[in-house]
Amino acid sequence: MELNDIIFYIFGAITALSALYIMLTKNILYAAFALILTFIGVAGIYVFLGAEFIAVTQILVYVGGILILLVFGIMLTNRLSGKKVISSAYNKIMGFIVAGGLFAILLKGILEANFSALGWIDKSKFSDSSIPAFGLTLMTDYVLVFEIIGVLLLLALIGAVRIAGNVRKEGEDGV
Amino acid sequence: MAFDHLLFLGALLFCIGLFVVVTRKNAIMVLIGIELMLNAANINLIAFSSFDPNALQGQIFSLFIITVAAAEAAVGLSIVVKVYKYFQTADLDKINELKG
Repeated sequence: MELNDIIFYIFGAITALSALYIMLTKNILYAAFALILTFIGVAGIYVFLGAEFIAVTQILVYVGGILILLVFGIMLTNRLSGKKVISSAYNKIMGFIVAGGLFAILLKGILEANFSALGWIDKSKFSDSSIPAFGLTLMTDYVLVFEIIGVLLLLALIGAVRIAGNVRKEGEDGV
Repeated sequence: MAFDHLLFLGALLFCIGLFVVVTRKNAIMVLIGIELMLNAANINLIAFSSFDPNALQGQIFSLFIITVAAAEAAVGLSIVVKVYKYFQTADLDKINELKG
């Protein structure tokens, strides 16, 4: 086993264990912090798969943006008067049956499909750094989608501010 | 790094996200579960894309998924904050009126 593989499995273990912690903990704030670890583990896996740009975007957007929003959401939607922010799980057995059943089905599907035997999957070569090719593809073949996704993001942010902000009546302006 | 192990990790993340979404009643926890599921989809896309050095569709689609996840989190959290202001709770079972 090479060093690459060992680091890869360490990142995978970080991801899986912190996701399991999110599943088991009752404290919402701890779950949000464990989510940071999950995202960083996933970003490490992206680096090993030759997607450095996506890894950096993952850390910037998820850890820097979404996690901050989540922590602010926790702060604004709980009365933080000294007690812990608890949200216990309900219907655990039914939830476990649904999620575990789906996991079993997916596991069986992955094992049966035997992706490693497909022709175009060459196990020996994971592609190297691909940032130049990625930028070229994004700015030529997918430039329309790229622009549309930017407009979508702008709309979502304006909408979020409009929904969460205080609405001021027109008539009260002059008062 | 075995290719199947990546897909197992994606399946595990997706199922944990599903479990969190199904069993928790706090709206923030449901959003956390949705983020986990979106990440699982991203792992699968990038795992398959890593064998494709020229086209890179998987990476581009995962970039779009990350953007949509950011938009979803922003709008979702602002709705949760507004709902909390009205109902004084973020418990999804206690929010049972439509017209405020």
